Amino acid sequence: MSSSSTTWDYAPAPESAPAEIAEAYGLFIDGEFIEALDGGSMDSIEPGTGQLLTRFAVAGQADVDAAVAAATRAQPAWAALPARERGKYLYRIARRLQERAREFAILETRDGGKPIKESRDVDIPEAAKHFFYYAGWADKLDYAFPGRRAQPVGVCAQIIPWNFPLLMAAWKLAPALACGNTVVLKPAETTPLTALRLAEVCQEVGLPQGVVNVLTGAGETGAALAAHPGVQKLAFTGSTEVGKKLAEGVAGSGKRLTLELGGKSPHIICEDASLDQAVEGIVQGIFFNQGHVCCAGSRLLVQESVQDEVVEKLAWRMQQIRVGDPLDKNTDLGAINSAGQLETIQRYLALGQEEGATLHESGQFGTLPEGGYYQRPCYFENVQPAHSIAREEIFGPVLSVMSFRTPEEAIQRANDTPYGLAAGIWTDKGSKMFELASRVRAGVVWCNTYNRFDASSPFGGYQQSGFGREGGRHGLKPYLKLTSWGAEG
Amino acid sequence: MLRRTVDRVAADARAASFRTRSIKKDAKLQGLRLVVSMTDLTTLEGKDSPGKVRGLCRKAVDPAPGIEGVPSVAAVCVYPNHVALAKQAVAGSGVQVASVATAFPSGQAPLDLRLEEVRRVVADGTDEVDMVISRGALLAGRTQQVAEEIRATKEACGSAHLKVILETGELETYDLVRRASDLAMEAGADFIKTSTGKVAPAATMGVTLVMLEAIRDHHRATGVRIGMKPAGGIKSAKEALHYLVMVKETLGDAWLSPSLFRFGASSLLNDVLIQLRRLDTGVYAAHYDVSKE
Amino acid sequence: MSERLPVLKTYKLYLGGAFPRTESGRSQVVESAGQPVAHLCRASRKDFRNAVVAARKALSGWSARSAYNRGQILYRMAEMLEGKATEFVQALAATVPGGEERARREVEAAVDRLVSFAGWADKYAQVLGCQNPVEGPYHNFSLPEPTGVVTIVAPDEPALLGLIGQLAPVLCSGNVAVVLGSEAHPLATAILGEVCATSDVPAGVVNLLTGFREELLEQFAAHRDVDAISAAGVSAEERRTLELGAAENLKRVHVLEVAAAEDWFEEARFASPELIESFVEIKTLWHPSAS
Repeated sequence: MSSSSTTWDYAPAPESAPAEIAEAYGLFIDGEFIEALDGGSMDSIEPGTGQLLTRFAVAGQADVDAAVAAATRAQPAWAALPARERGKYLYRIARRLQERAREFAILETRDGGKPIKESRDVDIPEAAKHFFYYAGWADKLDYAFPGRRAQPVGVCAQIIPWNFPLLMAAWKLAPALACGNTVVLKPAETTPLTALRLAEVCQEVGLPQGVVNVLTGAGETGAALAAHPGVQKLAFTGSTEVGKKLAEGVAGSGKRLTLELGGKSPHIICEDASLDQAVEGIVQGIFFNQGHVCCAGSRLLVQESVQDEVVEKLAWRMQQIRVGDPLDKNTDLGAINSAGQLETIQRYLALGQEEGATLHESGQFGTLPEGGYYQRPCYFENVQPAHSIAREEIFGPVLSVMSFRTPEEAIQRANDTPYGLAAGIWTDKGSKMFELASRVRAGVVWCNTYNRFDASSPFGGYQQSGFGREGGRHGLKPYLKLTSWGAEG
Repeated sequence: MLRRTVDRVAADARAASFRTRSIKKDAKLQGLRLVVSMTDLTTLEGKDSPGKVRGLCRKAVDPAPGIEGVPSVAAVCVYPNHVALAKQAVAGSGVQVASVATAFPSGQAPLDLRLEEVRRVVADGTDEVDMVISRGALLAGRTQQVAEEIRATKEACGSAHLKVILETGELETYDLVRRASDLAMEAGADFIKTSTGKVAPAATMGVTLVMLEAIRDHHRATGVRIGMKPAGGIKSAKEALHYLVMVKETLGDAWLSPSLFRFGASSLLNDVLIQLRRLDTGVYAAHYDVSKE
Repeated sequence: MSERLPVLKTYKLYLGGAFPRTESGRSQVVESAGQPVAHLCRASRKDFRNAVVAARKALSGWSARSAYNRGQILYRMAEMLEGKATEFVQALAATVPGGEERARREVEAAVDRLVSFAGWADKYAQVLGCQNPVEGPYHNFSLPEPTGVVTIVAPDEPALLGLIGQLAPVLCSGNVAVVLGSEAHPLATAILGEVCATSDVPAGVVNLLTGFREELLEQFAAHRDVDAISAAGVSAEERRTLELGAAENLKRVHVLEVAAAEDWFEEARFASPELIESFVEIKTLWHPSAS
């Protein structure tokens, strides 16, 4: 019998298609790319290599004023367009995103560090889908909320995070535009590229000037935008800490507010679950996008009777995770988004051990470019519910493993958190599934699956994970003024 | 042992994820050679003749004259009538002879006749026996009967290796595939095998993953390594490489060996050889460059 | 013959299903045409804290009741309110301009509002929830669940209809409430406790305070064990206080802008499930579908 070598492994498979990146980018205001009025700019670093990728303008107060003014000018005409025509612009955007998908995927991966297979298979197609979904709502708004007349809110300020840059831009823009609002969008300072490329798409499809404006910059730009009196609606996705500040800032202003914030989502594995698939769910839940996911299943709650088996299977599975060059098609876990975030994660790894938990680092390094920000996938055992790593959002590939004995205890532990974004439940028993699902305090409950998203499925949190929903029919509501038919508007 | 259930949607999603692995250059070359070495080159037709079996054996021993580094296949797989001939044709090459038996493909014959068939092919010199289970009994819940039949067949095999065909296309649910895998391994299977090739669907990545996971749990519980053979339906070299990825990431490198993993296939080898020829010459092969026989 | 001296009722708070005096020992006198008509408690911050504790305790039981049962209890409240209509008419007419005729209209509208939301209890989920046609082999649906403990700041006018208009949608969707009633016309709030106590409303589900906004509003906003705020008839400054306090733990704040007391009679607006929508959380469930 001819026996071959037993060390068969995958060769490097870097995505080789070119995607043009300019040396510097301006702001997108009133349909044009322009320099910031005070000339400020920032570096964008490629997390996979730690090298300078490009530079981008930093919007100051005057730029914020200009962008809000442009959005304000554009809004009445945009809202007055026949709704069907508004929808057709969104369909065009969706199509262009599909056509330019490969370019967008490469930009997203270079700018943010996520593996190319995720930007290729998840971020970009889902972003296009979101525009496609809401395009179809534009002329159906009066049917969305029976008994109520739907009107746009006005000018929306939308501030988005760095974990799903284009997808979050789509989540924000698509419903806002479909409802007849105009937008000033601020992408995160570590990932401005795809939002700017999306602005280019807006130009390409002939979207009227001022309907979408993109301001790049850091927290100060966001704060100035949020505080602008010309803004009628503020939508934010990001940390709970910043969300609270924004909520304070708009108090008494009459501005509408929706917040999609952090989480420490419980992932419950019952003893009767399909364990191999549950382990896949755990991996999807915490290691998808390096764990930079607000709904990451970061608190694993395993029934004690299967805890050893689940942890053993998980440990084996985690060894298969390939950490490396985000552009390599075989990379499972790419680069951490920034040096700062890598530092945060490593601080928690140290803290968890100081608190008495046992750290296991796993995964295997594939091609690892020098200078990038990389972190192996990890899990902690011997975690107490009071530990920081069991309560605070780490936003990295770090799982805290805990256990429970009875379903009652599972619920009590699952709900022992100020957050309430998502939860996972694995059981083969339908009645138990519904009981746990109805008692866990979370906006999204994945039963026998995890981290699934769809444009038609509402997403958003309970408690301090924020309020308002994005996606689906419910995702329209934050962008509409609804008045009762027959009542004075 | 706790009865394990399988969530089909999640299992299929995981199986599909192996297809996203990109296998290029050296990895592709090594992988394709590995696929050749794991192939059970099969002919199971009513019209099989001594001439055809001889041709098959020739190809099994030296699949690609003129391309360097291509190994022999693992085995030829034939009907009982051709075992003696095949044994002679591959003698000294290291290629194994496998015979289907137990009233293949349906298994619808009295047990004593099925066992007699096994004894005969063993006497004719077969190295491996590919048996079918009584799907009717399993679907009716008579798992004990199925286990006993496997045990009896194993005994009849003597030193020949036993591959147990579950015919997953007839079992339908992953839960039952999992249960059948568990009971076959407990009853003495050396390999578990998806299909006869006579029922659609034959091997799929999803069903193979379920069986690989059963093998993994069996190894975890007993320390014994059981082999896996997806059969039927795997036609392209690319797909075969995805199976290797799945084996590697589910069971580990130890299973990347003909002693623990086989492809039951007839036309797969040709596509693999076309790909190997391209890697060797840098030119895409013509359809007539590789013998279909 | 000497004129009979009327017995003045001393109204207490309605808190955790009981009628305690305010722990502060403070009271206020309600006067009508210069004559005292009732003594009322002036609730303190501590009363409010106790009310939140009672409400939190009652939440899981109330939200777990069947929608049908909650509907029946709201309907029972309507029946009891109708039965006490005369008492409410007199209580309102005592201090609200417009006399008994206007007061009767308000009481009747309040009864009808309760009936309307009694009916919504087992229907709003069908209007606010939906099934979502997601891609792939998944069954996906969204359902409303109660937000939790809701504090209600009722408008001065209409004292009863405004309060009921805010309370009914909160209750019918499984939330529990701590209410600060009309400051200018508190008598109806005080009597409403007797309706709740005789309507099978479980203890703690409704808690009614009479008192001064100036003393209590900040606490209503800041208390960390409160999940949402419903406010009506609040000034810009009061609204800011509520929203600022709410920001700290991200309470949901729903302020009803109502131009005139008369607007509360509009059913198109105030019997709408939109009022329920502000006090439910949408939960979306995913489950794979396969054999």
